[in-house]
Amino acid sequence: MLSDADRIFTNLYGIGDPGLTGARARGDWDGTKAIIERGRDAIIEEMKGSGLRGRGGAGFPTGLKWSFMPKTEGKLPHYLVVNADESEPGTCKDRDILRHDPHKLVEGCFIASFAMGAHAAYIYVRGEFYNEAVALQQAIDEAYEAGLIGKNACGTGWDFDCYVHRGAGAYICGEETALIESLEGKKGMPRLKPPFPAAMGLYGCPTTVNNVESIAVAPTILRRGASWFTGLGRPNNAGTKLFCISGHVNKPCNVEEELGIPLRELIEKYAGGVRGGWDNLLAVIPGGASVPLLNKATCDTMLMDFDSLRAVKSGLGTAAVIVMDKSTDVIKAIARLSQFYKHESCGQCTPCREGTGWMMRVMNRMVQGRATIEEIDTLEQVTRQIEGHTICALGDAAAWPIQGLIKNFRPVMEERIRAYKAGRSMPLAAE
Amino acid sequence: MTEHAEPTAFAFDAESEAKITSILAKYPAGKQASAVLPLLDLAQRQMGRLTGSAWIPRVAMDTIAARLDMAPIRVYEVATFYFMFNMQPVGKYHLQLCTTTPCWLRGSDDVVATCRKVTGIKGWKETSADGLFTMTEVECVGACVNAPILQVNDDFFEDMDAESTEKLLEALKRGEYPKPGSVKGRQTSAPEGGPTTLTTLNFPAAE
Repeated sequence: MLSDADRIFTNLYGIGDPGLTGARARGDWDGTKAIIERGRDAIIEEMKGSGLRGRGGAGFPTGLKWSFMPKTEGKLPHYLVVNADESEPGTCKDRDILRHDPHKLVEGCFIASFAMGAHAAYIYVRGEFYNEAVALQQAIDEAYEAGLIGKNACGTGWDFDCYVHRGAGAYICGEETALIESLEGKKGMPRLKPPFPAAMGLYGCPTTVNNVESIAVAPTILRRGASWFTGLGRPNNAGTKLFCISGHVNKPCNVEEELGIPLRELIEKYAGGVRGGWDNLLAVIPGGASVPLLNKATCDTMLMDFDSLRAVKSGLGTAAVIVMDKSTDVIKAIARLSQFYKHESCGQCTPCREGTGWMMRVMNRMVQGRATIEEIDTLEQVTRQIEGHTICALGDAAAWPIQGLIKNFRPVMEERIRAYKAGRSMPLAAE
Repeated sequence: MTEHAEPTAFAFDAESEAKITSILAKYPAGKQASAVLPLLDLAQRQMGRLTGSAWIPRVAMDTIAARLDMAPIRVYEVATFYFMFNMQPVGKYHLQLCTTTPCWLRGSDDVVATCRKVTGIKGWKETSADGLFTMTEVECVGACVNAPILQVNDDFFEDMDAESTEKLLEALKRGEYPKPGSVKGRQTSAPEGGPTTLTTLNFPAAE
């Protein structure tokens, strides 16, 4: 079990003062100038060495991403853009960083911006997090006042500005190029890549988009060293991670733990266990709505890290663990996600725009059983037609939950169809 | 969409203007279109402040277009793309009910049913007869370990059930505004009963 001494987010629950005084007492902004004085290359090397993989879902190595930025500043300014558009169903970790530990993020923004030659960072906060954006702005104001950011930030000679930009309710803006479009004042419609943002991002300038958690852990990693971070977690899955445990557990909560913690231990130690006990478990969505669900047998031995979950054809995603007990109508649970993706499709690519609506309508019939057995195969085939055929990953994200359902719960779907045909009443849905 | 009257004029007031200055300062010269989301938000808030109904009339979009040197259609398409902008009047309390899977698993159906019962509102996006409440079904608001969530205007009311929903709405009807957050008294996202981690640390407490 991870000891408190190795936890990064020591004010996760907001018990301590989120302001600058409290943040300093927790070690933030300690020796920032010395970190900057190590220089760009040394900072990026240390981040690469730490093995930190992006905490927003894709798990791309953060240090490597930073290294893609042009080595020297040309005519165009460089930008850091922080993705705080936390909208993946099940995920609510960045919210706690924004409202309880905002200085970790602001300090991380300064260091990361310096490392990639940027003098400005935009933090794109989802519109619904109004109070969280206010808390973050307070931290930024404090940092300006204390000379930690702004002109000659921390006395390093580097000028750095940090801005909060609020979104307005669009899941798709969590996709990095849609986020950039939105920040430029347009509809959040993803761009084709290449060009990648590191070459042509915000306002056509070199830009790196990072998740809140990836940026907020950077100062601690640089203070404590890459070897400290790689000493936690598992090989290629280094460090600690914020987990969000929601759904049918006795005590839903957020918690920071090592990557690679067994799923069962995570749920039983921190979230009070599955409602009705472990044997009452039906399924778990391990990494936010977009990743395929796991059946109980898989959950029994599952380790919570990028590679272990990839090996069972699911994913760590944002590490948002959605637990469903045996009272759950699992078809309805996934159908509701189909409604989510239909609502959030930006409408740009035909397979996604038309496909998400089609899948939702078929899934709603599957909930009732008003379908034929063969339609399950048709549905599976259509998900394959959408997956990989769109500009961004929303099409994939809409397809995977349904594929996971069919793979693990096809007999339940068939039984529902037979019951409907026979005119029998439906099994009761979860509360 | 219900029929509604569109005002014929809109101007930002002094309070909003002060904010516009600091908003525009965030973006590089010539990139003022970046301010379209903040200004739409500001217009909606001003409407809420001055009329009791936070929505964006067409004239406000035209004002913003002129201000940011954008074609009006660009502002309209942005305003209608993002879900948080209300294109028609809403009640004083905008009830935004999350029904996405994590909230649904924890009983958001009960919260919805109770809101319907107490307000008398039948469909989504409709406003109660007294003009106090509008009910909107929203997708995941990002507070899933405190599900189900009932968002009232800017604030999240968390760990809701039928009983606490009824209590909240009755309080709003009386003109009271209860403290947002967990209605069960949980410490934010910590497990019920108190944190099981970070217990060995001793840092200055929040005010």
